[in-house]
Amino acid sequence: MKLTLKVWRQKDQESPGHFETYQANDVSPDMSFLEMLDVVNEGIIDRGEDAIAFDSDCREGICGTCSVVINGMPHGGHRATTACQLHMRHFTDGQTIYIEPWRAKPFPVLKDLVVDRAAFERIVQAGGFVSVRTGGTPDANAIPIPKEDADRAMDAAACIGCGACVAACKNASAMLFVAAKASHLNTLPQGKVEKDRRVLGMVAAMDKEGFGNCTVTGSCEAVCPKEISLDFIRQLNGEYLIASLKGK
Amino acid sequence: MKLDAKIPSGPVAQKWEKHKFNLKLVNPANKRKFEVIVVGTGLAGASAAATLAELGYVVKTFCFQDSPRRAHSIAAQGGINAAKNYQNDGDSVHRLFYDTIKGGDFRAREANVYRLAQVSVNIIDQCVAQGVPFAREYGGLLDNRSFGGAQVSRTFYARGQTGQQLLLGAYQALSRQIGLGTVTMFPRTEMLDLVLVDGHAKGIVVRDLVTGKISSHAADAVVLATGGYGNVFYLSTNAVGCNVTAAYRAYKKGAAFANPCYTQIHPTCIPVSGDHQSKLTLMSESLRNDGRVWVSKKKGDKRRSQEIPEAERDYFLERKYPSFGNLAPRDISSRAAKEACDDGRGVGPGGLGVYLDFADSIKRLSQEKIQERYGNLFEMYERITGENAYQQPMRIYPAVHYTMGGLWVDYNLMSTIPGLFVLGEANFSDHGANRLGASALMQGLADGYFILPYTIGDYFASNKPAKPSTSHPEFKSAEESVTGLTKRLLSTRGKRTVRSFHRELGQIMWDKCGMARSEASLKEALSRIPQLREEFYKNVNVTGEAGSLNQALEHAGRVADFLEFGELLCLDALTRNESCGGHFRVEHQTEDGEARRDDEKCSHVSAWEYQGSGRQPVLHKEPLSYEEVKMSQRSYK
Repeated sequence: MKLTLKVWRQKDQESPGHFETYQANDVSPDMSFLEMLDVVNEGIIDRGEDAIAFDSDCREGICGTCSVVINGMPHGGHRATTACQLHMRHFTDGQTIYIEPWRAKPFPVLKDLVVDRAAFERIVQAGGFVSVRTGGTPDANAIPIPKEDADRAMDAAACIGCGACVAACKNASAMLFVAAKASHLNTLPQGKVEKDRRVLGMVAAMDKEGFGNCTVTGSCEAVCPKEISLDFIRQLNGEYLIASLKGK
Repeated sequence: MKLDAKIPSGPVAQKWEKHKFNLKLVNPANKRKFEVIVVGTGLAGASAAATLAELGYVVKTFCFQDSPRRAHSIAAQGGINAAKNYQNDGDSVHRLFYDTIKGGDFRAREANVYRLAQVSVNIIDQCVAQGVPFAREYGGLLDNRSFGGAQVSRTFYARGQTGQQLLLGAYQALSRQIGLGTVTMFPRTEMLDLVLVDGHAKGIVVRDLVTGKISSHAADAVVLATGGYGNVFYLSTNAVGCNVTAAYRAYKKGAAFANPCYTQIHPTCIPVSGDHQSKLTLMSESLRNDGRVWVSKKKGDKRRSQEIPEAERDYFLERKYPSFGNLAPRDISSRAAKEACDDGRGVGPGGLGVYLDFADSIKRLSQEKIQERYGNLFEMYERITGENAYQQPMRIYPAVHYTMGGLWVDYNLMSTIPGLFVLGEANFSDHGANRLGASALMQGLADGYFILPYTIGDYFASNKPAKPSTSHPEFKSAEESVTGLTKRLLSTRGKRTVRSFHRELGQIMWDKCGMARSEASLKEALSRIPQLREEFYKNVNVTGEAGSLNQALEHAGRVADFLEFGELLCLDALTRNESCGGHFRVEHQTEDGEARRDDEKCSHVSAWEYQGSGRQPVLHKEPLSYEEVKMSQRSYK
């Protein structure tokens, strides 16, 4: 099939960006979206021009690197699918596709479709861990964990840190990302010990980075490629309230 | 170059304990005087960096991705082995050791593998303490599954995302240290050269992938945890960014490269769909617990799977290997699938595929149960192929997945360059000629959490703090050579893209040095690769600038190294005149097509020493002797 692409091109963080039009011919329905961009880039390089920069690595939906907005939807808006796993069979011949980077103030554009997500790193560094050292830990079966709790922790831990939740949110809120990490750890006995410190630390870091507030519109959950549930935001809000009241 | 593996004396079960006692210590107040560079932030790199920082060393960590959490360990699906024997099914440290040695086709070091099996139990404890949400039973205790090459259930897992959860555990430990200021993290920064001062590894030269700036970093020791080289085949299950550059540049600076021909072809990947393909996707080996592998008994059978009656199906793994059946090790399963396809019985487009069928398990256990076990894998399969594997069998085909070869290291994980340590997939040490499923995660974390933190102290205690200045001439000359290559790549302005060279190299490697290798095919590869390399430098077209984010330039540098490294891989394959594990030479097979080793002549590690551009590297051999296990023809029948 043949497609018309309107791609966001931006030289670097300081320069203004604009949409550039490219024709993608001979697109196979079995290509992934990023493979389609690879082929377009081959043509651009053949013409001696600078290729479209976009982030990707594992290309199997787990590393969280890829980060493009396709026709206004982060990752293209197909249920539980990252852009690298989105296949061209979902598009139709002759279609025009708009391709943009994540748009959020805390995620500055570095070039074209590549953004800087270091703000997420600083949030994790502010409490997204269990403070244990290597070695000297008890036997893995010493503390039984109800299967339901382990499963719930795993549901939250499935977050790949891609940032689609922020890109989808009208407030550029990072609540789903923060809630997923906090809930993963707070649900397990190993993480409960420093629960209060964790939620206060991570929420403070999130605010400091300039992410917006959550008004529970649910757009984050709708685009999340790992289907992280809004219920974790409810859990975080509750835990944050308790921790604040304790005044720790 | 002299290879001294520094294996401690004494019974194998006591070597590590004894060695740990004999290793010199650095007192807590002195640790902060030593600075360590860790390159790579996968399981091995992140766990090492976090642990070294906890101990008090000053750590700098580098990765080419935008975050340490993106390293390709994240994609490991199935699980991690540990000799916990929670299932009471006869597992033990000794059995895990034995299975790993046998699985590696008797080409790994006994002492290293025994230590790996010993520390495996600590890894699970560590990960649980970090909050890794492993699968549990209703009683609250940890669940296990079985994996290829083992007859016990010793694999711990977190749904189909075990690698992700283990990496997040290590990443969180690392993030904690970054927050505490004990680790400085450099994301989007690629190592382009290793710097030696007075024969010791003392730093690296890197390129900032956002600004293009080339700079130097000095330290008292350098740790490479930069993964494997599977992308020399272009198509593999590796992430598209995975590369051999850091390891290869260390090789060019004098680190011996061991067993590059040991590459693992994974039997259960989604078949190739066309020329545009940029990578292959693995379907976890755990699927073989409940899926049955088959093709039609008839050649060129065009019927749909449902139309082929039971009696006309060949469940070839169950037929050939009745005691392991569909759980035969990876190398054996891959070759069996290739044989079936070569025989004209392959399925799907081009006949390059075999069925992995869940119909029997769904009947026996219910669709809900299968969905609970593998739901995310079935969804992934459907996203890529558009097919529903609950209703029709999956199509799978082998693909390059893991590389057992890597930089040569001694028992302390130090390479032939003093002060250069190599961990995880980047070293060669524990898997011999074939790695068992769920053992890569085990090795990466063993190296990073429990081995390097002990052994690096011994190196520091024997060498006073001596971090050179980055204005040392060795740094300046390394920076110049890196800048020179960048300029050369950007100024060629030929007619072919980097990707087209990479794809062509991959095709040569896969056709001539893939699942089956022969003297003739390897000699052909060895004549074609240098020609392709020559064309690359004359005709490659790299657009964009040196001083900005330029992915074509990044790729060009990596492909330039693959074009040299591929030749080394083929040379090693040609020199290893036997079949073993993932290295299958058609000249050396038994009557029924199994790999035939030559223990008389080939029971050694092949370690290659670089001799300069255009000169053949020199082969050094480290003999392998087996005291605990008796070498035997590997049988899974």
